[in-house]
Amino acid sequence: MYPHSNHQTDKPILDVRSVSVRYNGRVALDDVTFHLHVGERIAVVGPNGAGKSTLFKVVSGVLQSQSGEVTISGSQPTVHSCIAYIPQRSQVDWNFPVSVADVVMMGRSAKLGPLNWPKKRDWDFVNHALETVEIGNLSKRQISQLSGGQQQRMFIARALAQEAELMLMDEPLTGLDTPAQEGLLDLLDTLREQKVTVMVATHDLEQAAKHFDRIMLLNKKIVAFGDPQSVLHSDNLLSAYGGRFRIIVDGHEDLLTLDDSCCDEGEHDHVH
Amino acid sequence: MSINWLVEPLQYEFMQRGMIAAVLVGIVCAIVGTYVVLRGMAFFGDALAHTILPGIAIGYLITGGARDTLFWWALGTAVIAALGIGAISKQAEIKEDTAIGIIFAGMFALGIALISTVQSYAVDLTHFLFGDVLGVSAQSLWLIIIFGAIVLLTIAAFYKEFLTLSFDPILAATLRLPVNLLNNVLLCLIAVTVAVSLQTVGVALMVAMLVTPAATAYLLTKRLPVMMALSALFAALSGVIGLYLSYYWSIASGASIVLTATMFFVIAFLWKRIRSR
Repeated sequence: MYPHSNHQTDKPILDVRSVSVRYNGRVALDDVTFHLHVGERIAVVGPNGAGKSTLFKVVSGVLQSQSGEVTISGSQPTVHSCIAYIPQRSQVDWNFPVSVADVVMMGRSAKLGPLNWPKKRDWDFVNHALETVEIGNLSKRQISQLSGGQQQRMFIARALAQEAELMLMDEPLTGLDTPAQEGLLDLLDTLREQKVTVMVATHDLEQAAKHFDRIMLLNKKIVAFGDPQSVLHSDNLLSAYGGRFRIIVDGHEDLLTLDDSCCDEGEHDHVH
Repeated sequence: MSINWLVEPLQYEFMQRGMIAAVLVGIVCAIVGTYVVLRGMAFFGDALAHTILPGIAIGYLITGGARDTLFWWALGTAVIAALGIGAISKQAEIKEDTAIGIIFAGMFALGIALISTVQSYAVDLTHFLFGDVLGVSAQSLWLIIIFGAIVLLTIAAFYKEFLTLSFDPILAATLRLPVNLLNNVLLCLIAVTVAVSLQTVGVALMVAMLVTPAATAYLLTKRLPVMMALSALFAALSGVIGLYLSYYWSIASGASIVLTATMFFVIAFLWKRIRSR
């Protein structure tokens, strides 16, 4: 009943062609085209309202674009259960009566199929996923008792339990302290070893430059997409952010260290 | 001191049936209610209960007041109203709660208008609004048992799907669970629960049975299965204690059950407050 992935391995894991999205006549994404290969790690940066969350929702097949096409390994997203959307922490009901292991087990709902209860193999999967993200000792905790970094790790574990091959993380670093951010970025290396392709929406251009293969600069359309050196120069940034960013020139390099000056809130896209 | 006061009411068959009905309805409401509470659907539940009144009224006018067939009218109206409200709340022109408010008050008024065309309307209307658990017939009791069982079995069968959908609808969508179908099934389960509960607590107090025991349990645990079990326990106890209070103090049974459930909530609330000091 629930679909399982059917991958053509010669195709890019993600291929987005001329995708446009409008909400009530307002343009959210405008003619976006790009593709990703297996195991790549991409940072998506752009001002609030740039369409980062919208892009993730289209890619994961939760939202239908008005025009254009998205394919995952050669077929449309809605036949795949291998795409994990990791929500912004502010959009989660942390008082929901579930334990960490319960949440991670939710990732197996599709693989389990209807009317089946989790078996030992599924619990093994869950425990292994929790070990991978280094919170195996917290599996019985209620989710509100986790720190921000642990909450984020739990969702990555859930994506692993889902056997996700493409992870879309919406502002995972927002609101975390520096050690938690570093820990999470280290975890991305582990994901790369497992051939997981990762797209991360972030406000932190410095981290984007340091930890990602390619950077997508998005402001409804793709302003620039490529390696950090070529994307993060001031023309592109001015074009993406207008005057809404500050540049801190960092020593001798061409590379700018900069910071999106606005808002920790994230985008609020309304989907109906 | 004997336990006569416990046994005495049970010598009447209508008290036995009422007791069984109150406990069963309480349990069904309590389990469904956990989802109502967790998904913030209390207003929907209240509106749905009120919206079925015109359906009941039409059944009442057509059959000349036969109680046993009213269940089917209630059930039919509840399912249509649930799916209708579900569809309307997706449109974007008016906010969801406003849309629900308009429909619910309008339908409720229509129900009262229809029933008021009958001479003896005050008594019958009171029963629809506030329940009449002591008037539950053997046939009604069977309907409660059968449809209550259907609700509970469905929730058990789709436990992990409902859990995933309630906690994170986007996850449910990316896992390609049939999200719309599951949402509509849940709405129908609430509708069936409303129909089943009609005779026990009536239209006006139904939301209390859906929300209060589940909210009490929510205060006391952070695990969903435990919350369901506690919620069912509080609801069943409310049914039993409420009926005894109703018998000895001559208060309306529906109100008495709801007040007992409310008392449990207040105790749990205060206990939690004191403990967290």
